[in-house]
Amino acid sequence: MFTSKSVAVCVSVLTSGSAALAQSPQFGQSIEPADIAAWDISIGPDGAGLPPGRGTAIEGEAIYVAKCQACHGDRGIGPSVVLAGALVGGMGTLAPDKTPIKTVGSYWPYATTLFDYVRRAMPFQESKSLTADEVYAVTAYILDLNGMVGSNDVIDAQSLPKVRMPNRDGFIPFPRNPK
Amino acid sequence: MVGKTHPEPGDPAAGNGILSRRIFLEGALVAGATSAGLSRGSAEPLTVQPWMKVPGPGFGGYGQPSPFESKVIKVFPPPPNPAGVGASRTPLHMLEGMITPSGLHFERSHSGVPEIDPDQHRLVIHGLVKRPLVFTVEALSRYPMQSRIAFIECGGNSQALNAPQAQPLNVAAIHGLLGCSEWTGVRLSTLLDEAGIEPQARWVIAEGADAAAMSRSIPLAKAMDDALLCLYQNGERVRPSNGYPVRLLLPGFEGNMNVKWLRRLKLTADPAMTKDETSKYTILLKDEKAWQFVFPMEVKSVITRPSPGLTLRGPGFYEISGQAWSGNGSIRQVDVSADGGRSWAPAALQGPILPKAPVRFRAAWQWNGGPAVLQSRATDDTGMMQPTRAQFGDERGLRGVYHYNAIASWRIDEKGEASNVYV
Repeated sequence: MFTSKSVAVCVSVLTSGSAALAQSPQFGQSIEPADIAAWDISIGPDGAGLPPGRGTAIEGEAIYVAKCQACHGDRGIGPSVVLAGALVGGMGTLAPDKTPIKTVGSYWPYATTLFDYVRRAMPFQESKSLTADEVYAVTAYILDLNGMVGSNDVIDAQSLPKVRMPNRDGFIPFPRNPK
Repeated sequence: MVGKTHPEPGDPAAGNGILSRRIFLEGALVAGATSAGLSRGSAEPLTVQPWMKVPGPGFGGYGQPSPFESKVIKVFPPPPNPAGVGASRTPLHMLEGMITPSGLHFERSHSGVPEIDPDQHRLVIHGLVKRPLVFTVEALSRYPMQSRIAFIECGGNSQALNAPQAQPLNVAAIHGLLGCSEWTGVRLSTLLDEAGIEPQARWVIAEGADAAAMSRSIPLAKAMDDALLCLYQNGERVRPSNGYPVRLLLPGFEGNMNVKWLRRLKLTADPAMTKDETSKYTILLKDEKAWQFVFPMEVKSVITRPSPGLTLRGPGFYEISGQAWSGNGSIRQVDVSADGGRSWAPAALQGPILPKAPVRFRAAWQWNGGPAVLQSRATDDTGMMQPTRAQFGDERGLRGVYHYNAIASWRIDEKGEASNVYV
């Protein structure tokens, strides 16, 4: 037989045990969104996250020649670095039985991705060094070479998400992802 | 014939010399298998070597492989590509078991390997959370940890087999973007719960601290299921080339999503459509459409021995050894063939058999010295079987680059040389 005292001890042990379980470790430090801003470089396909600034293809050409062309080739064709791939051309090469040339113009579904990637990863030897205006301008230049925008079109946070990429509807979900 | 219902060890189990796996399962003697082509004449007299007579060197702070193993190294293309862009490959043909030595684990990087001071490193969780949080590496190290053995396979592994003609490449060059480690770290779900997930959140954008700030969108469901923030690899801190001081592990998902040097996790309602989930790692099909967000590395296997560069030394007994894995679960069966897929026999699977981890398989083979085509074919516990190259191409074509998982073939010629072929 248990005495009432021993039962009370058992209950007390169980109670303190569950209280300890409920207290999960918390070692993260809170941070204000303003203090994350320097790191928050993600841009959504709707343009969310695009910074203030503007640029045109005319302005972007000089930046491209100075900072990009050595690897990516003259006017985005014939890259000297194989992995860089062509940035321009390849239209129509996704058709059945053709060898695809997947460029910004022929394959990329969103123009915002170009801004996002140039800002985070380019120029290769000094990434994150371009100003927002310079990223907009070089983005405009590559879109212009692909015939997506005009040479004097102003590309900014409002206009960039509206650029319609030819392969925008070229992607379908993989049918065998885990639920 | 009087009822001999079970094959004996050493009995043929499939065409062209594949023997019963009971040799491995029971450790039995190989009755019919001999090394007929090898001279089994007397050995040389034994001599006392110099290292038997004088003391060797003393202790070292960190062990190194024998200098006689200096050829067991990762392979990577020489310049002109900028250093650190591209991949180095695991020398699968020189390794055994299921674990990849940390120093030989393949690496894929987009802007070299960053030298990160762990005291200066930060991981931030923000976006659709109630409390944006920052973690130091020291803080991450204080959470309860978990270990699991898991493979990581680059989405671009084996892409050489999409080529119309079989290329003269070895197993490292074709399949070497595969590694397996014991990973230890903190469950991502623990930290997301601490930050408090807003109900609209569906995706997590993961980003590295490398100069390319490599970035991928991950389904929140995966992050909450079995994602691990890894601090340790095979018992020691994660190697810089594999993401020091902290990397994301998404068991079974394509390598590119397992973001290294992890610095930021942003919860969002929709994917970011980053460069690597649009222009890369999408699979262009036979028509003009492409599969996007192809997450699991589906069931696959490869024979690592014999394979190109490992010349057979005359007819006789050989062990066929390889790895099989599935991003959807555990390996249930591996079949091997020595006649290009005309006949198959089950290989022995060496435990432990773990979900989303490679299994070492072994088969016994009596090579008669004639031409042979060695193949392996894995089936996982979802019932999915590795397709033939023809079946693979029928479904998606051969323009997709990524996630190639069809049966691979090594031809053995009369000289015992192995080569990559299509059958």
